[in-house]
Amino acid sequence: MTGTVPRKPWSRSSVILGLVFFVFAAVTLGGFVLLDTKGIDVGAAFAQTGKDLVTLFLHPAATHFTVLEAVGGVAFTLALGLLTTVFGAVPAVVGGLLAARNLGPAWLSLVLRAFVSLIRAVPTVLWVLIFAIGAGLGSVAAVVGMTFHSFGYLLKAYSEAFEEVDQGTIEALRASGASWTSVIAQAAIPGSLPSLLSWTFLRFEINFTTAVAMGAAAGAGGVGFDLFMAAGYYFNLREVGAITWAILIVAAGLELGATRLHEANRRSGGAA
Amino acid sequence: MTGEAIVVAFRRRQRWAVLGLALVAAVTLGSAVVAQFDFLDGAAAFPKAFAWMAANFVPDARAWHNFPNILTRLGETVVVSIMATTVAALVSFLLALLGSRTTRFHPAASAVVRAVASLGRNIPVVAWAMIFLLAFGQTFLTGFLALFIESMGFLTRSYLETVDEASAAPVEALRAAGTPWAPLVAHAVVPSVLPALASWMLFMLETNIRSATLVGLLTGTGIGFLFDLYYKSLNYPSAALTTLAIVVAVLLLEGLSNVLRRSIL
Repeated sequence: MTGTVPRKPWSRSSVILGLVFFVFAAVTLGGFVLLDTKGIDVGAAFAQTGKDLVTLFLHPAATHFTVLEAVGGVAFTLALGLLTTVFGAVPAVVGGLLAARNLGPAWLSLVLRAFVSLIRAVPTVLWVLIFAIGAGLGSVAAVVGMTFHSFGYLLKAYSEAFEEVDQGTIEALRASGASWTSVIAQAAIPGSLPSLLSWTFLRFEINFTTAVAMGAAAGAGGVGFDLFMAAGYYFNLREVGAITWAILIVAAGLELGATRLHEANRRSGGAA
Repeated sequence: MTGEAIVVAFRRRQRWAVLGLALVAAVTLGSAVVAQFDFLDGAAAFPKAFAWMAANFVPDARAWHNFPNILTRLGETVVVSIMATTVAALVSFLLALLGSRTTRFHPAASAVVRAVASLGRNIPVVAWAMIFLLAFGQTFLTGFLALFIESMGFLTRSYLETVDEASAAPVEALRAAGTPWAPLVAHAVVPSVLPALASWMLFMLETNIRSATLVGLLTGTGIGFLFDLYYKSLNYPSAALTTLAIVVAVLLLEGLSNVLRRSIL
């Protein structure tokens, strides 16, 4: 490796790079100048937020619920996250196998990937709210709505994991006359299992956060709803603090798990 | 492997598969009880929701009348997402330079930077939105700050990795030559990581555009607010058009971001 990367001063990629930074910077400056702050005193608001954060993090206290109810709220949210991960993962394995370029036809891969990016382009909260019209606000709408994104995300991740499986094993099985299902059962799934598990856990981590969001924004219940009530109705900072701490601890724990799995998987040579 | 060995290995694999699936099934059933989720209701919701959508969730003439308003709000949301991403990228890059193990600014800096980043990303964006809402009210700043903190948490982690991985060798070379910290970073680190920084920034923008609708819904700003307004007033054709506009914006941005990332890296 050399000291600095030798780069032609006006290569195409560096021009595009400069352009990207320029557009981001220009839009940002323009936004600050043009967007309406509705006459709020920004300095005072920052000072207020600073004070709020101190109360929140250093003096958490619960008034509207007991410790047991808080644990129940977190458990509810975790359960939503788990359900939507499983419901997304099962069809995503099948879809991922069909969308992997080394296992299925190229056109099918294209169609499936386009389909899931369409699904994922609708924000999760909108899926949940749309389903809530038919199913009512609550677990069913939240689970079905969140499952859409889980499925889309995992299908893409799984299909890429399948594509990393050693092509030699697959070819050898095919040459010995193995059927599509036995190529899947003998090579594709065992060969990519660590990677599949790592992606699934990562999605579980995301789904926990999403479940918090759906509790707050789409009436799905759980700890997210408690947060919404504490901050939006009771304006009780110390309670917001208690809830935030609970969410933070669970989320940091899940992140640690996901990172460990990811690193173990990378060390064992699987697809990241 | 002998035929017998293959059969034994296959049997073992089969046993593990059965055990694994049983575990997943148990966890799923347990979760369904805790979350009060009814499988039959869930299965019935699918056809019902899609039939309803096909009949009612379709833009009509009245909705198209609202189209200019939808575009304005969508534009506002996209701009706020870009602003949050840009400012977060700038702050994260500085934090990454201070916290990276390669640049070695100060031993304590690394721990502090990592803690700040973890706090930013592990507190969900909805919690940040509710917190900022208290002081900043229904202005774009609430959403901007919530997205900024969240992005800062994620980008700092990514940038730390990028700086750690990309620049170890040149940094050591310049350090051996006795170069002071600032020029060392400017010459050995910055040029080699810029493409990766931009790539992560584009990726973050995609995430932020998706989260922005949610944040707007909660804080009464941008396109999320408009969707909520139509949704709560049962103006489903306009809510449908709003959804459609978001979908087109996300897909366009995703496509653009992919093209740009491919030509940068």
